[in-house]
Amino acid sequence: MLHDSVILRVVVKLLLPPILLYALYVQAHGEYGPGGGFQAGVTVAAAMILYTLIFGVPEAQRVVPFAVVRTMVPLGVLIYGGVGIVGLMLGSHYLDYTVLAASPPDGNHIGVVLVEIGVFVTVSGTMLSIFYSFSSKIEDGEDAD
Amino acid sequence: MSSLHLPALLVVVPLLSAPLCALLPGRLSWFVAVVVSLATLAITWAVHDRVLAEGVISYMIGNWPSPLGIEYRIDEANAFVLLLVAGVGAVVALWGRESVAAEVGRRQERWYWTMYLLALAGLLGVTITGDAFNVFVFLEISSLASYVLIGFGRDRRALTAAYQYLIMGTIGATFFVIGVGLLYTMTGTLNMADLAARLPLVEETRPVHAAFAFLVVGISLKLALFPLHLWLPNAYAYAPSVTTAFLSATATKVAVYMFLRFFLSIFGGAELFELLALPDILLVLSLAAIFAASTVAIFQSDVKRMLAYSSVAQIGYITLGIGIGTRLALTGGIVHLFNHAVMKGALFLLLGGIAYRIGNVTLDRLAGLGRRMPVTTAGIVIAGLSLVGTPGTVGFVSKWYLAQGALERGWWWLVALIVVGSLLPVVYLGRVIEAAYFRPAPADSALHEATPQMLVTAWILVVACVWFGLDTSLTVDVASRAAEALWRGQ
Repeated sequence: MLHDSVILRVVVKLLLPPILLYALYVQAHGEYGPGGGFQAGVTVAAAMILYTLIFGVPEAQRVVPFAVVRTMVPLGVLIYGGVGIVGLMLGSHYLDYTVLAASPPDGNHIGVVLVEIGVFVTVSGTMLSIFYSFSSKIEDGEDAD
Repeated sequence: MSSLHLPALLVVVPLLSAPLCALLPGRLSWFVAVVVSLATLAITWAVHDRVLAEGVISYMIGNWPSPLGIEYRIDEANAFVLLLVAGVGAVVALWGRESVAAEVGRRQERWYWTMYLLALAGLLGVTITGDAFNVFVFLEISSLASYVLIGFGRDRRALTAAYQYLIMGTIGATFFVIGVGLLYTMTGTLNMADLAARLPLVEETRPVHAAFAFLVVGISLKLALFPLHLWLPNAYAYAPSVTTAFLSATATKVAVYMFLRFFLSIFGGAELFELLALPDILLVLSLAAIFAASTVAIFQSDVKRMLAYSSVAQIGYITLGIGIGTRLALTGGIVHLFNHAVMKGALFLLLGGIAYRIGNVTLDRLAGLGRRMPVTTAGIVIAGLSLVGTPGTVGFVSKWYLAQGALERGWWWLVALIVVGSLLPVVYLGRVIEAAYFRPAPADSALHEATPQMLVTAWILVVACVWFGLDTSLTVDVASRAAEALWRGQ
């Protein structure tokens, strides 16, 4: 691990907030600009991976436990599909967002924002769970699940 | 929610239950899988009935009008395949509780059933959609899930088998998407009905010919057409029993449906199908599959592997129906698609019951099983007779129609080949039956029947082998309507 170096630790601690903030910016602009849930999810996962590289897997798992990550993967898919179901409940077709608000454009806005949150949750969860799976294997030398 | 939304729910219910299954505690996962697959079957049944009563159903995802948005489009052909996939899915899920717990382990059970539901959703999605690119998306969902389902196998060789399938499957999917992409550049549409209408205008161009070639190879890889079948035997042999039964009865069948849909409905109008000698090639490859794969099956000592090779041969019969190229033969092919799913599903489930008791199912270990597990072995005999094509079983019905199709063309030699090809299963199944009934059981074995739940569910399919062999009103009538739907295009 690289946590012996004071410079690295301080620099990473300084870098993490802007990275996370940038991820939120990308997430929030997803529906009408470049970006979205996928890019934001990867950015957040990258921030966590950077943290893990410097502070080690046990410390990172204290911040975001593996159980949480494993829940995030299916949860995001459920959010995405759930929004589609809401459209169905409100009397329109599956994945029709126009019925989510009084005016169709607003409904589409809301729908896409919610769906992007689902994408964000699944993508960041998946990236981290892949990283955790490999890194905990390297640390223990064997399958730790 | 009215019945209007059933086509969407058909895919959405299993698709969203998969993540739900992953979030719930492991001991509930089998229960979720069963409830969901039964619900899916009920929805499919309702959709199927509506198609037969009212004709083609069309559903716009997100209320975007077609051809702009994704359209789900169900006619007699895919309603039939949907029913097959959902029916097999429900039976296999009902069967699988103890088997998955034993072969996959309690700890991984939850993920197994999650992947099972994803594979089910993917296969239903491929079948129901009327959008060429959407087919690719669902194809990937079902394929990725089935690689994992295979990799769960107890044998460590399952991992290499899954990897081999992953490589071949990815090549197939890539070829498929290249083909779809070329079609899109030439016609500007992805909707199947729209494609069928616009293709005749550009049929004599090189990109369309290239698209045709890419699609043929891509889909043939997925359906394990003879020289492209190499991924199949290992994948089926080393996968958990539930996976083998489920995939052998559904995955290749859905790929055959894709083949029919693309080359009869979409390219059918463009007459490329005839032009590029595809029927002749198909005829030769199908016969090669029937004889070569059956011959290889004779020399296998692992019974699961034997039946895997037999699957390659049986797929040969299905594609033979397409290759002969008359409507009667096509009906035979589609009926065989259903019939083969029923009998291979039955055989693999019964073998799974044996595997649950004794581990790997090799011919040596089957010795004396006829007395130890009489109900299971009797089921294998009946489903085996069906595989041979004995009158009174489903195998006979499909071969009857194939032979009639060949006669329509005046191809007596082909009828002879179909009959001779049917005799090869007698040899390899004879080896199984000989071991089970005529060899003495090892004295020390305390072997007894599979669990009641396994027996009852597997016997549903065994009974179906005979039922649909005697009463052909459901299968043949629907298959001939399906053939007609495919023949006339969209």
